[in-house]
Amino acid sequence: MASYRELLARIREEIEEISAIEARERLESPDPPLFVDVREPDEWEEGHIPGAIYVPRGRLESRIEGLVPDKARPLVVYCASGARSAFATKVLSEMGYTDVVNLAGGIVDWKRNGFEVTIPRVLSPEQRARYSRHLLIPEVGEEGQQRLLDARVLLVGAGGLGSPASLYLAAAGVGTLGIVDGDIVDESNLQRQIVHSTESLGEPKVASAKRTLEALNPDVRVVPFQERLTSENVERILAEGWDVIVDGADNFPTRYLVNDASVWHGIPVVHGSIYRFEGQVTVFDPARGGPCYRCLFPQPPPPELAPSCAEGGVLGVLPGIIGSLQANEALKLILERGEALTGRLLLFDALATTLDEVTVRRDPTCPVCGDSPTITEYVDYVEFCAGPVATER
Amino acid sequence: MTRVRIPPMLRAEVGGAREVEAHGETVGEVIEDLVGRYPALRAQLYRDGDLGEFVNVYLGGEDVRTLEGLDTPVRDGSTLILLPAMAGGSPGVGRHEA
Repeated sequence: MASYRELLARIREEIEEISAIEARERLESPDPPLFVDVREPDEWEEGHIPGAIYVPRGRLESRIEGLVPDKARPLVVYCASGARSAFATKVLSEMGYTDVVNLAGGIVDWKRNGFEVTIPRVLSPEQRARYSRHLLIPEVGEEGQQRLLDARVLLVGAGGLGSPASLYLAAAGVGTLGIVDGDIVDESNLQRQIVHSTESLGEPKVASAKRTLEALNPDVRVVPFQERLTSENVERILAEGWDVIVDGADNFPTRYLVNDASVWHGIPVVHGSIYRFEGQVTVFDPARGGPCYRCLFPQPPPPELAPSCAEGGVLGVLPGIIGSLQANEALKLILERGEALTGRLLLFDALATTLDEVTVRRDPTCPVCGDSPTITEYVDYVEFCAGPVATER
Repeated sequence: MTRVRIPPMLRAEVGGAREVEAHGETVGEVIEDLVGRYPALRAQLYRDGDLGEFVNVYLGGEDVRTLEGLDTPVRDGSTLILLPAMAGGSPGVGRHEA
């Protein structure tokens, strides 16, 4: 039988330890190790080593493989004084982590040396409860939730696609949602536009959506733009600064306008479109090497081949599925997790229930995002989409 | 024999079918065979004798423009996807005529 002191002394002989000064040098190196803080939540909230991840000692074994899948990654484990983290270091070695050291003297010694600590922004108890299912996912966690709360997403359209997309983004805690839509709520919308309700008939869609979304989540601020997106107002709307655009427009002039503006502003666009029983989803992100809408469709179809849902109809649940996929892509772009749909176009067929995927490549000759762009300012998108094809007929 | 996936906005031209069969050694021949049997499709796919730029054709998930275009060889039993652009979504965000 060993006492605590004997056990600690024995563990320390079996692990490697570094001083605060050496830890700081490693942190400042070009390839710094990952610092793992194993203290209690209240200690973490009082300040931690910059860039550290937080895993309380009691959850270490169960959570660390989710947070650090690469067992060769260099780790520096610390607590307040270096005792709890000595045991944690030993456990991590036993779990197969090959480059793990203990910070001798812990964060107390770190601070005594005058080294920097980060005071984390913390979620309120209400937020902790509301987002608890996000906090449990390693890919989101507290840091990811803060990112979502800080994020700004612009939804083009508060209709079939914008309804589910905005509801899920609001529920997820995306802090600022801009919505551009000049329409009012009509009875024929309610078969699929679930952000609106019978009570909001006749009301501007942006006002109806704002009420629904802010009632769903008081953390969300909805910025309404009760207007149609045009070449004249697009710069003013984009000037407010957006991380992601969710495009749920119903017409080609707006699609091309959103595309050109987003390329010039370097904002990724989560694109969704629907018709009858079929939907398409992809991400356009030329700023990060992906294609744009014009790479996929250089020319809009002639108007007679471009029926809207108002003309052709749409199964009510289809925008629910496609708009939810758009929300999923937007969340991943904000969190910088997973694989975005950049360069891949998903084709969903609700009748057959099939999902196909085709490749979308960046076109180096694209007039907007290509190597030598020929379109560098807004054009008349209505005329562009009416096009020579229509005037020929 | 090649299966050709017909998008919803073109199904009226092929009697409502989601997928039809066509024959040919190349993408161009398969599409020619298709429009030969469904002449109404021609006006929807072609402009000035060529496949319109607003219609994408995918073979094995790749846009045939990034392969050999209409000359791309088609193996027996493969699937072509015809894909015109769809706008569908929310009205009231950009139409100027209203």
